[in-house]
Amino acid sequence: MLSPESLRRIDREIAKYPAEHKQSAVMAALIVAQDEKGWLATETMDFVAQYLGMAPVAVYEVASFYNMYNLEPAGQYKLTVCTCLPCGLQGSLDAADHLKARLGVDFGETTADGRFTLKEGECMGACAMAPVVLVNNKKMHDYMSNAKLDALLDELRKR
Amino acid sequence: MLDYGPDAILMAGLDGANWRLADYEKRGGYEALRKLLADQVPPERVIAEVKKSALRGRGGAGFPTGLKWSFMPRQFPGAKYMVCNSDEGEPGTCKDRDLLRYNPHSVIEGMIIAGYATGSTAGYNYIHGEIWALYEQFEEAIEEARRAGYLGRDILGSAFSFEVYAHPGFGAYICGEETGLLESIEGKKGQPRFKPPFPASFGLYGKPTTVNNTETFAAVPWIMRHGGDAFLNLGRPNNGGTKLFSVTGHVARPGNYEVRLGTPFARLLEMAGGTRAGKRLKAVIPGGSSMPVLPADVMLATDMDYDSIAKAGSMLGSGAVIVMDETTCMVRALERLSYFYFEESCGQCTPCREGTGWLYRVVHRIETGRGRAEDLALLDNVSDNIAGRTICALGDAAALPVKSFLKHFRHEFEHHIEHRSCLVSGPDSEPKWGRAGAHLPPAMARAA
Repeated sequence: MLSPESLRRIDREIAKYPAEHKQSAVMAALIVAQDEKGWLATETMDFVAQYLGMAPVAVYEVASFYNMYNLEPAGQYKLTVCTCLPCGLQGSLDAADHLKARLGVDFGETTADGRFTLKEGECMGACAMAPVVLVNNKKMHDYMSNAKLDALLDELRKR
Repeated sequence: MLDYGPDAILMAGLDGANWRLADYEKRGGYEALRKLLADQVPPERVIAEVKKSALRGRGGAGFPTGLKWSFMPRQFPGAKYMVCNSDEGEPGTCKDRDLLRYNPHSVIEGMIIAGYATGSTAGYNYIHGEIWALYEQFEEAIEEARRAGYLGRDILGSAFSFEVYAHPGFGAYICGEETGLLESIEGKKGQPRFKPPFPASFGLYGKPTTVNNTETFAAVPWIMRHGGDAFLNLGRPNNGGTKLFSVTGHVARPGNYEVRLGTPFARLLEMAGGTRAGKRLKAVIPGGSSMPVLPADVMLATDMDYDSIAKAGSMLGSGAVIVMDETTCMVRALERLSYFYFEESCGQCTPCREGTGWLYRVVHRIETGRGRAEDLALLDNVSDNIAGRTICALGDAAALPVKSFLKHFRHEFEHHIEHRSCLVSGPDSEPKWGRAGAHLPPAMARAA
């Protein structure tokens, strides 16, 4: 269900916790699964549950509680912009507007070509470096002027 | 060189690339740990030194660190845990990100020393999901420390063994609350636990546990090298040391600045370049978005330490200083803050789950010109019925901004309601932040 490489990564996480507490690795395991599959389908979560010896519902609870898990398919690149008050005071709403205009989508939408999903985020802990854009949960880009946003989109399109 | 200001001790000598073990050792890193183990300093003496330093929790509550450590049972067979809270997501706070990015070994050494002082067996650093690169970097740093013998069995030939692991968060503000964080490490929803029992008696996996903030741990090696008195003397009585302040909002140079506790706010503002050119300071939230907002004149007469800010009517919190100038509509500002707490409420306690949405909807309708005459009394009433009636402090965190915005800037809310327009809006103002109705989830849009 998951690749040997993903399982190797999950095993590494399991080893961090006491043997009787494999469940502690569920957050990391779901991150690894999402990295491989792009989103968490029910059968993916069921596999993680089985792998960690958990009830499936306990895994669904975790996946639906933490908001960076994708519970439905997202675009190839999920762009999350923090619009909290401090970032907003420093121009992140202009950055969000710029992205919306360039991509032709609103928050919570995916471009027609399936390339980009735009999301509104809550505090990412990088407020002084606003505007901040997170790509696919993992790569943070800060101090995002419109020129840097354009460069980022161009680079992602080329990949 | 990275410049955190002339008082910096935690962030001194950093150039942005010298985070590795060899660099940290060159700056005197791990000397404190070596000396403790070589001299077989009794754990109680370490705790006494930290108590003397008047180091207080840097995550928000400001609880005395040494005292917290002393709550850990000494004669307890089996596992005990030392947990680092790097789930930095209090709007305005971005200091732990810099600490982990530029000086991760100071956090690791602090955790090891804390583990030694409390007889703990392992430590977990819970790292905010949004800074994934730093999660991976922290794991590298742990590996470096392990290879050098600072972690693992019989550290540096002593009888003390300790491990440190990184645990990823993945987007839940509530996990910054210590018992929510422990639930999260256990692989569950991060919903806070009733206290008591406190983590020192029933923590991670039911074992004695202490949770401290990243910056708190980072200060520990300095205290052990230079002494509790030296740290205390950098600050003020009961407010020892330096503190990293994240200055955000309408300032010329947003960023992190490390200053001695007790530094006047005006000096900190000056370090951040002052307010934007030609604009007057209007209001400041001095300790992260959960703390009460204060008007400019009060802030300009206040010093940046726990006790002074408390006296001024707010809290130092996490040290996130959100600066707003005269172009800021306070209704709009509160609307965005209230949305945050509504979005991040974990849903466990009814007053918070229902109340945060209620607060947001009322502030939203005032902001969008649909406010009613009775709305301000309603906001007061709902806030009063959330605060103090929930398992954790998120309820208070949602209520305090509302109470303080109404206390200090009531006329702006009244103007919105009476005139269906904004008191400060103009070509020059910043009406943008906050959310347009179009972004509301459908259920919310109907409710609002």
